[in-house]
Amino acid sequence: MLEQQLLNALTLGSVYALFALGFTLVFGVLAVINLAHGAVFMVGSYAALAMVSHLNAPLWVAMLGAMLGSGIVGLLVDVLILKPLRARNAPHLAPMIATIGVGIMLTSSAQGLFGAEVLRFPEDILPAGEFLVGGVHVRALEIAIVAIAFLLMAVLFITLKRTQLGRALRAIAESPKAAYLLGINVEGLFHVTSFVTAALGGIAGVLIGLNFNAITPQMGQPMLHKGIAVIILGGMGDIRGALIGGLFLGFAEVISKAYLSSQMGDAVAFGLLFLILLVRPSGLFGRKLERKA
Amino acid sequence: MEWFNDFWSTYSTLVFTVGVHALLALSIWLTLSCGLLSLANAAFMGIGAYVAALLTVNLEWSFPAVLLAGAVTPALVALLIGAPVLRLSGVYLAMATLAFGEVVRITILNLEITGGPEGLNGIPLVTEGWHIVLILAVTIYSLARLRRSKVGRAFEAIKEDEIAARLMGINVDRYKLLAFTLGAFIAGLAGALNAHFTFFISPREYGFENAVDILTMAVLGGTTTLIGPMLGGSILTLLPELLRSLHDFRSLVNGAVLILVVLFLPKGIWEPRRIRAFFSRNKGDQA
Repeated sequence: MLEQQLLNALTLGSVYALFALGFTLVFGVLAVINLAHGAVFMVGSYAALAMVSHLNAPLWVAMLGAMLGSGIVGLLVDVLILKPLRARNAPHLAPMIATIGVGIMLTSSAQGLFGAEVLRFPEDILPAGEFLVGGVHVRALEIAIVAIAFLLMAVLFITLKRTQLGRALRAIAESPKAAYLLGINVEGLFHVTSFVTAALGGIAGVLIGLNFNAITPQMGQPMLHKGIAVIILGGMGDIRGALIGGLFLGFAEVISKAYLSSQMGDAVAFGLLFLILLVRPSGLFGRKLERKA
Repeated sequence: MEWFNDFWSTYSTLVFTVGVHALLALSIWLTLSCGLLSLANAAFMGIGAYVAALLTVNLEWSFPAVLLAGAVTPALVALLIGAPVLRLSGVYLAMATLAFGEVVRITILNLEITGGPEGLNGIPLVTEGWHIVLILAVTIYSLARLRRSKVGRAFEAIKEDEIAARLMGINVDRYKLLAFTLGAFIAGLAGALNAHFTFFISPREYGFENAVDILTMAVLGGTTTLIGPMLGGSILTLLPELLRSLHDFRSLVNGAVLILVVLFLPKGIWEPRRIRAFFSRNKGDQA
């Protein structure tokens, strides 16, 4: 039974990590707590669903479409809202509140367009197949989810560590002003970051939508809370921390739901979070970074 | 008077809610006026509401005593968690208070005595209009006096520049704790009042969304005056009612208003200096 739970935990944890990576990257590069990230996640899963059921697109096309769609939403938010706020040098509260507004708008649009009820992907498009590995039922779907999540994260890591683009992004994360003086196109990279992080959020939405096969306008909200928990756990703006934190939260959640009560598990997670913030505000793996905010 | 009775029987709860939201907006105004971005006010409201409702239902305390207990309990909690939490600043403080709020909500959800996810039913409807008006008036008066006092000026100094305030000999930690605790007191009071006219409370009303709603009211109205937060609270309470015809899309407008205010009215709707400037410019045109 434990092996089965561990598999569930890995599946969930890898998607949490993917979601939190985008969340933490926005904070690291743009210094914005993007509270619309949960809604963008929801937009991704509706976009994929719409392509599958209205356009009869195959699943992988729908996934790419969802990434493109949610990426464009992220880009629009940056160009229309965050950029004017940056230009005005607004206090850090302003972009946070604006993204709350974006989240409300997206959620209510989804509710208006698709209704409040739970929607599902048609069963026949899901990868069927189930193997028995050492007494554990492994669904092909779960393998696909974990593989896609880790593939995307690997691409992101390599881009950030090895390429010119990644170096530029890390320079901006250290200091946008210094990066600008070094000739880096800071505004352009802000747009790129917004697009990429939203696309990652959107694909995470598709993966969660597939895993539970349930899509609702409100599905982004609990995910947003988890994203916040993960980036605090891993250290805000810390890419590696988001990965470890995401996996950790997946395991903590599945194990506490299996062996403790289903609800108190969440309280344990947030209680732990609260304690970590008090003892180590820079996160479990973060460097000592006093009051960056 | 008949139209008034009709109006009152339909809308009294709405009017009460406007009052309670004004109180909540003032509670977060207080913490913001000391430069603290705290998202714990919904949780403090919840603590106040549950303590008050349980005292009324189980122990049959008198209403004033219940209100006092509903305000003092969250204030004590704030006093306890304040010392460690307020070492954090900016976004970290927001996140810590948010995590605290979730702990409170999930605890309420899992306790026997609070009725768990079903909430508490059958709370006697003892709140009357004049209770809310009186408490709101006293709160406004006290906050207005506070602003002009030594304490209020210390808050403002801390908000503008914490280090400078510390160098001038202001006991920053103690004033922050005071703002945090007083904010919890007002939020708890609002929660206690609210519980006694809605008949029913559940943990769902005190979660993250509600914390964000309270913050939104203050930001929408503007935090430079006391009128701003109350105006913001009223607008955000009434707007969804006015937009009923839009059905599912109606909160779309809420979101849009929020974005537009942040973009175009950074100091909120109610900002005396801008309003005065606007009118004097118009006069100039006519002359």
